[in-house]
This record gives sequence, structure tokens and C-alpha cells, in this order.
Amino acid sequence: MKFSEQFETRFAEMVTHYPTKRSALVPTLLYAQDEIGFLSDEVIEELAQRLSLTDLEVRNVISYYSMLTTKARGKYNVQVCTNIACMLVGGEELLKHCKKKLGVKDKGTTADQMFSLEEVECIGACSWAPAVQVNYDFHENLTPAKLDQVLDSYRKKGTQ
Amino acid sequence: MATLVSHPDEVRVISKRFGQGATNIDRYLELDGYKAVQKAIAMAPDAIISEVKNSGLRGRGGAGFSTGMKWSFVPKESAKPKYVLCNGDESEPGTCKDRLIFEHDPHSIIEGVMIAALAVGAKTGYIYVRGEYRYLLVIMQKALKDAYAKGFLGKNIFGSGRDLDIHWHGGAGAYEVGEESALMESLEGKRGIPRIRPPFPAVVGLWGGPTVINNAETLAAVPHIILGGAEWYSQLGTPKNGGTRLFCLAGNLNKPGVYELPMGYNLKKMVYEVGGGIPNGRKLKAVVPGGSSTPVLLPEEIDVAMDFDSVAKTGSMLGSGGVVVIDDTNCIVKFALRTMKFYKHESCGWCIPCREGTDWLEKTLKRFHSGGGVKKDIDNIYYLSENMLGKTFCPLGDAAAMPTMAFVKKFRKEFEEHLDGKPCPFENVAAGEPVLA
Repeated sequence: MKFSEQFETRFAEMVTHYPTKRSALVPTLLYAQDEIGFLSDEVIEELAQRLSLTDLEVRNVISYYSMLTTKARGKYNVQVCTNIACMLVGGEELLKHCKKKLGVKDKGTTADQMFSLEEVECIGACSWAPAVQVNYDFHENLTPAKLDQVLDSYRKKGTQ
Repeated sequence: MATLVSHPDEVRVISKRFGQGATNIDRYLELDGYKAVQKAIAMAPDAIISEVKNSGLRGRGGAGFSTGMKWSFVPKESAKPKYVLCNGDESEPGTCKDRLIFEHDPHSIIEGVMIAALAVGAKTGYIYVRGEYRYLLVIMQKALKDAYAKGFLGKNIFGSGRDLDIHWHGGAGAYEVGEESALMESLEGKRGIPRIRPPFPAVVGLWGGPTVINNAETLAAVPHIILGGAEWYSQLGTPKNGGTRLFCLAGNLNKPGVYELPMGYNLKKMVYEVGGGIPNGRKLKAVVPGGSSTPVLLPEEIDVAMDFDSVAKTGSMLGSGGVVVIDDTNCIVKFALRTMKFYKHESCGWCIPCREGTDWLEKTLKRFHSGGGVKKDIDNIYYLSENMLGKTFCPLGDAAAMPTMAFVKKFRKEFEEHLDGKPCPFENVAAGEPVLA
């Protein structure tokens, strides 16, 4: 199992921040997922061993957090918020638009592995609604037309 | 990056450095940064606590508990290490205020944690940032690194002979983790399920040590209180509700945005003047005053001062500062359903009334909204909600129940309009639009 140098530096520092190694687990899982794409059996085994946990203990934690996944996603995960503030100003229309444009259902991935789609709960962009997060980037005050531009720019970036 | 707004009625305390480049530590220092913590070092811990108590600062996460009082519960002597934990797991629907503080003034949060640590005698603090806010975690990581590089954190801070470490921590997506005991579980590397209380975190918290847990906005207010004084701060607000607060105006408004207004600012003015009123000539239908957990207010109920005690008198709560405005083209049953769908998704499953209650309620509301409702469902929705109240380890069950009961109570007629197989009166039936997939 090979992680980046940055991951290793951060991990080595992080475990010194807490009285128990296990405390580093949640942020470490997310950083590992960012590098590998998802939390594979190999990643789980590796992190369990490093933090002196069983695989099951790690899986138990993974299944609780909505951002963590054991299944591969597309290169860009399009997360559409439809919670109340976004719903009032067009969040559902954006989701519907994405389903049509990408040709996938909720939690689906396009055949070329470029995009995944996910309906998500409040992402903290209520005053700039409706909003979408693509991986970690926020896109706010959207309309279907503006969202098209956003998706097109990712597609362009992804095919380069 | 979230857009900043302004209004002449704003009183800028927490937001005074927004847009000023204060993520840069030298700029923060030019703007009176790290002065408050130096002042606090010269004060006795009890004096810091009294100052915060007298300022009338109350928890900005939503519960509104006196911050100084919370600090005073931490035992002076403790065999186990004491901790300060900043709750930056902002995720209450309608709320997007802590995001701006992390983005524009991260050092004010660090300084707040430092002062809290001095007050309770902690040597370690943690700043927990929700997983979705990765760009803010990056800002916070840099801010902490810069503070260490200046010698403000670590050994012998400001020559005081005291050591103080503050570390960042990131979440990975969970509303429940914003609840203080679940937050500690998450920080300890576990599923975010709540702990039974008592003992309260102030006595038995992180790794069994006494722990102060405050919302990011609460902690960001502390340096201003120490510098400006309790009297000045308390007078910005209403009695027992000191200071200002970041209100997140969202929903059907002409000028949504995050505005810093004095505690006790009138909600009607907030909607019509600060938020610019309802767009497209529509009418106001209802306002959710403080995040999705707070009972909805009718247009005739919004002439109220936005402080903890005044909003409580209306039967609702000031909550997290998330003001969600609903216009008359929206269906309340659908709004109630979307709210419940959220709580069902976020219920951690630890307590049966919440796990089962939110699931039943979501199913019932879904069937009801799509025309499959019968009259007794209306009372049943109320009854199921009522039976979650006060029966769970943490307030998530209450948070799902309270707004739902208010929707039924205040909009019973609208619920009745969905009966007998009638389609939702607000849906575009001709277009065959499906209702909440």
C-alpha cells in the first residue's frame, strides 16, 4: 500500500496530536480515500494495522460517515443539495437536470467514470443556494444553465 | 468562496475582519489580533470566566447556554488532562455562518480556543471542521502552523510559562456529530453516537478528561469580549442575550446572505428590510427562524426580537441563526417531508424512538404528500413526533419532532387539502412532475 509523501507526513504528525492513535482515524480515512478513490480492502487493512484496530472496527466507522465509501466513484463526484434552503430555490430541478444530463441515477456513475451523482444533505451554502459541491469545490447560486457550464468545465479538465 | 453582503443595520464584531485578508497572520496582528489572549494571560482564570459570563454570551450552536457558565463547570483540579473542543461541524440545514468565520478570520477561532483553555486550565485544544469544508480545513491548518511559527502556540506561550497546543481535526460527513457528545466520539475515532449524560463533558469528556465544547462562532466572539469588555458586549444585544450574531438569511428572499445583527433584532425587519423581502411579488407563507430543527413561524408571528428568550416565548427557538424564508408557492407538507427525510438520513440509529420515529414519519409524510393519505394520518404524524420528544440520548429526536408538530399544528388545513387521493395543490400536475423521488 503506497500513499503519497504528503499523506505520510500528515499521518505521522496527526497521530502525535492525540492520546490515542485511533483518534486520527476519521480524517485519515478521508485523506486515504482522496488518494485511492475509495476505501478498498487493502486501504482498510493497512489503516487498521497502523492504528492497532481490527478491519471490522474500521469498517464500522466507515459505514457511519456519509462521505466515506468502499465503492469507486467517478473522477468528479457531483453532490447536489436538495435540503430545505436549496429546495426552495431550485435544488430539486438541479438534481433532475443532472440525472438527465449525466444519464445516471442518484449514486450512479457515468460509463466513462468521469462523473458520479449524489443527492446530499445540507452542505452549508444556504445563503448562496442552490448549491452543488463537485468533490470539495462549492458552486453556488446555480441555475441549470450555469450548472451545465460547471459540468462542462470539469469534463474538459478531466479529459485533458 | 461565499459572497459577502452588507446592510446598514449590521453591527460588525465577529465579521469585522471579513474581507480584510485576516487569514494572513501578520494582517490579523495589525487588526488587533492576538491582543485579547495576551490580556487574558494577565488575568486570573476566574476573572476570564466572569467576564464571559457578564457579557451575556450564549452558545451560538443553537442551544443558547451561557458560555461563561459552561466554562465554570470545569473542575479546577483534575487528574486527567482537560481539553477545549471547538465545534466546527456546522450542518444544521439553513446554517452557513461558521463557514465565513473559518474562511475570513480563522485566527479569531484559534484565539477563542486559547482564551477558553486559559480560563479552564486546559493545555490542549482541538478545532473540528466538518468534512465537506475541506477548503476551510486547509485554511485552518495554515493558520495553526503560522501561529506555531510565531510562538503563539506550543511551549511557554507569550512568555507566560504556560504550554498550549491546538490541533485541527476533520470530519467525514455526519450531522449527528455536531451534537457535543457525538462530536467527542467522532474525535476519538469512532462512530458519532451520543453519550449518556450525566456526566456532562465539562466533567467527563474527551478521553475521560474535563472538556469544554463550544461552537466556532461562540469562540470567535470571546477575543472581542476580552478586548472590548463584558459591558460593551452585553449592551450590543438585549438583556441576558449579549452581543451580535451571524444570521444566515436563506430561502425565498431578494437579498439572502449572512448578516451580523445585534441579538434581539426584529425578525420581520430581517426578512423585509435586511433580506430585501420576498421576490416575484409573492407573499410570505412561513419562516423557519433558526435552522431546520426550530418550529416554523407564521407571518403574523414574526414581529419578534431575535434573541433566545423572545423567540422561546413564541414556542419556537432562536437556534443556529439559520433563517429560512418560505413563500406562498411552496407546499408545507412537502417542506415537512424534506425536513424529515433529512433527520431520517442523519439519525445515527442509537436510540429506537428516533431511529424508528424518523423512518415512520418520512414514510407517512411521503405517502401523504403523494395523495395516499387518510385523515387519521394527520394526528398520527403529530402523535409519532410527540413520542420522540425527550426520549433520546441526544436532541436529534427532538429536532425532528418539534418542527413536524408545528407544521401539523399551524398548517392542518393544508394537510387536509392533500386528503382523499387529491394531488398536492402546489405541484404542477399537468406536467406530471413526480413528487420528491
